[in-house]
Amino acid sequence: MPIKCLVIALAGNPNAGKTTVFNNLTGTRQKVGNWPGVTVEKKEGHVSRNGYDLTIVDLPGTYSLTPFSIEEVVARNYLLDERPDVVIDIIDASNLERSLYLATQIRELDCKVLFALNMADIAGSRGTKIDAPKLSELLDVPVVFTVGNRKEGMDDLLQQAIELAESATPAARTRQVKYSHDIEEAIGRLQEFMEMKAGGMPYDTRWMAIKLLEDDKIVKERLVAAAPETGRQILQAAQALRTHLTQRFDEDPQIVMTDERYGFIAGIIREVQSATVQQRVDISRNIDLVLTHRLFGFPIFVFFIWAMFQLTFTLGEYPVQWIGAGVDGLSGAVGAALPEGILRSLLVDGVVAGVGSVIKFLPNILVLFFCIALFEDTGYMARSAFLMDRIMHLIGLHGKSFIPMLMGFGCNVPAIMAARTLESEKDRILTILITPFMSCSAKLPVYVILAGAFFGAQAGTVIFGIYLLGVVLSIVTGRIFRSTLLKGADAPFVMELPPYRMPMAKSLLIHMWDRSKLFLQKMGKVILVGSIVIWSLSNFPRDVATSRDYAAEIARVTATADSQKATADGSERRRIEEQAAQAVSDLRREQMAEQTRQSYIGRIGRFVAPIFAPLGIDWQGGVALLSGFVAKEIVVSTLGVLHAAGESDEEGALGKALIAAGMTPLSALSMMVFVLLYLPCLATTAAIRRETSTRWMVFSIGYSTAVAWGMAFVVYQGGRLFGFS
Amino acid sequence: MLLSELKEGQSATVVRIGGESLLRRRILEMGILRGAEVRVEKYAPLKDPMELIVKGYHISLRVEEAGHILVDNVR
Repeated sequence: MPIKCLVIALAGNPNAGKTTVFNNLTGTRQKVGNWPGVTVEKKEGHVSRNGYDLTIVDLPGTYSLTPFSIEEVVARNYLLDERPDVVIDIIDASNLERSLYLATQIRELDCKVLFALNMADIAGSRGTKIDAPKLSELLDVPVVFTVGNRKEGMDDLLQQAIELAESATPAARTRQVKYSHDIEEAIGRLQEFMEMKAGGMPYDTRWMAIKLLEDDKIVKERLVAAAPETGRQILQAAQALRTHLTQRFDEDPQIVMTDERYGFIAGIIREVQSATVQQRVDISRNIDLVLTHRLFGFPIFVFFIWAMFQLTFTLGEYPVQWIGAGVDGLSGAVGAALPEGILRSLLVDGVVAGVGSVIKFLPNILVLFFCIALFEDTGYMARSAFLMDRIMHLIGLHGKSFIPMLMGFGCNVPAIMAARTLESEKDRILTILITPFMSCSAKLPVYVILAGAFFGAQAGTVIFGIYLLGVVLSIVTGRIFRSTLLKGADAPFVMELPPYRMPMAKSLLIHMWDRSKLFLQKMGKVILVGSIVIWSLSNFPRDVATSRDYAAEIARVTATADSQKATADGSERRRIEEQAAQAVSDLRREQMAEQTRQSYIGRIGRFVAPIFAPLGIDWQGGVALLSGFVAKEIVVSTLGVLHAAGESDEEGALGKALIAAGMTPLSALSMMVFVLLYLPCLATTAAIRRETSTRWMVFSIGYSTAVAWGMAFVVYQGGRLFGFS
Repeated sequence: MLLSELKEGQSATVVRIGGESLLRRRILEMGILRGAEVRVEKYAPLKDPMELIVKGYHISLRVEEAGHILVDNVR
């Protein structure tokens, strides 16, 4: 018997337990990706049952199917265009009335629907009884009781879904929402008009008529796309009817229809629900008495955030070191296995070092995503947005933007990925654009060296000022973009505060791993290519003419030392060896400095030197900044190489070399400002592209670099005007 | 009286919802309709947004948004 394939879509309100049901149904066999063109997570899983191969698709959680939010558009388009065999609507039994609003809209879509009445145990304990047979009869929809977190009812759910898919009867029309006389008349007339004018309408005509009366933009566009001529006539007819209805009700028809849907639902509720609970008298409310308390709410919030930071960047630090050691070991092994030469350098300094620098973030990211999953699954995320919204709203952002921005001080990569928790795409893009101005931890070594060398006792204050500048610029940027590029009404802050729930370990782990896997897959590729490019630029051309013959000089130094050693005794011999080693490493460093100077990146650095000149940054600084694109830590090591000053083991030496090379406190400050603001590192850039689009990534690079140049210019030239140096 | 003028712990009945269409529809879709009972559970520590109880569940709304909702029968 050939295996039959069925597609089952899960729909439902956020917090209705949809994800739990999905995890129960599919186990760990899930595929996480994005819906085409948008960054809404798409989850798919496969189950075999009774000879059927079932594909379960988890739709985004929504309260409605009006195309306002991106989630709603995604969910609705899927139902309309992909036509799943069955839609399971997960209904939160303790929130029956509101759940039914989405349910009636799904019913109107004319597809086969099955209700999963979830968490009826909780509703029962709160004194609500739901008459499921009655509900099933009134809406003509099969109803299955489920308790997601105890895995009850899952088999029944799949069984019923298969039966429904195989049943020949089309979804009944009679038990859908019936609107008031005037609206039904308008729907009827529009339907008639459509059937008369054009045979092949893209969707069910009653549904289209309803949507046209609601002035649904997407349906209007699709109608015109499907039938340009008649489509426009139909739109005109719909507009006339809308005007008529608006006069008749003294209200926008879509508002009237929303009202009437709820009226229809109220009727059902009266028949199926025995007691309406007015208030949530439960543990959740008591927890909120503390967690969103007028005085204690903020300190507790700050503590949780602090704890998350600590966990992410200290607990995560141990595995980071192990991975670092592993990467070092690998590069050592590769180094030992291959002869010295270009291939070894490519693998060790390019591929292993570059990819290793990203893999290193994995533990941090795992811990961070675990914490975020914990916040989300318990329900605390909504409370943190509730607490912070007043402050974030000043920048034109949503309360939920706070966490990604804060994470930015640690590392921008997880921060940008944390912006996924924002529902509105505009908020998400704006948050992603301003997060790189939060000075990440990799930039700190640059500040420490520059401020340490040039500002002495004031170094701490200067560094704090740099951080502050980043915050101020993010606020300014937020306000500017909100009123220009990403204009449009703020997403209304109509947000449910779901009851606190005990998180389930399995769901937390799945959540954490899914997101981290995305990080590895996508970052890996970009970083690999990027590292190879930067490596090539700084290592080619190979055979440059150097001013001195370093190999010969090194050989001479070694030979002299060897001959001196032959005549010297114990302590004298050690001294000679040390001297010789020192001389050789100095020569090597100078050789490297000279080679880097002549490499492509060095040439590019000198070519772009005029761009950096007005900022008081010399060409070495320019090259260091360019190489910092791979990772900001590299700025320091490149400066070290170019000034032949060695690296971190002698920080003071680099400072002295910079002073000797003519850097002044003012140009150091200008450089710090530039480092704070300019283009995000490769990993961050890849994250931005992954979470938004190539266009926004390019914009982000251009914008941040322009701001960096502008601010550094103001600092340097302004400082000179006021007589600083 | 406006919903945004209610004090913590007060309840009222919704009379009318104003404001621009998108916001209005969002509020309606969440079940805040004419005739619905709302209770102001609390204000956030910075006095904005506010937490309401409607139809047995908790929802938060900015004070500015609640300013579009007319209520009476305050108690």
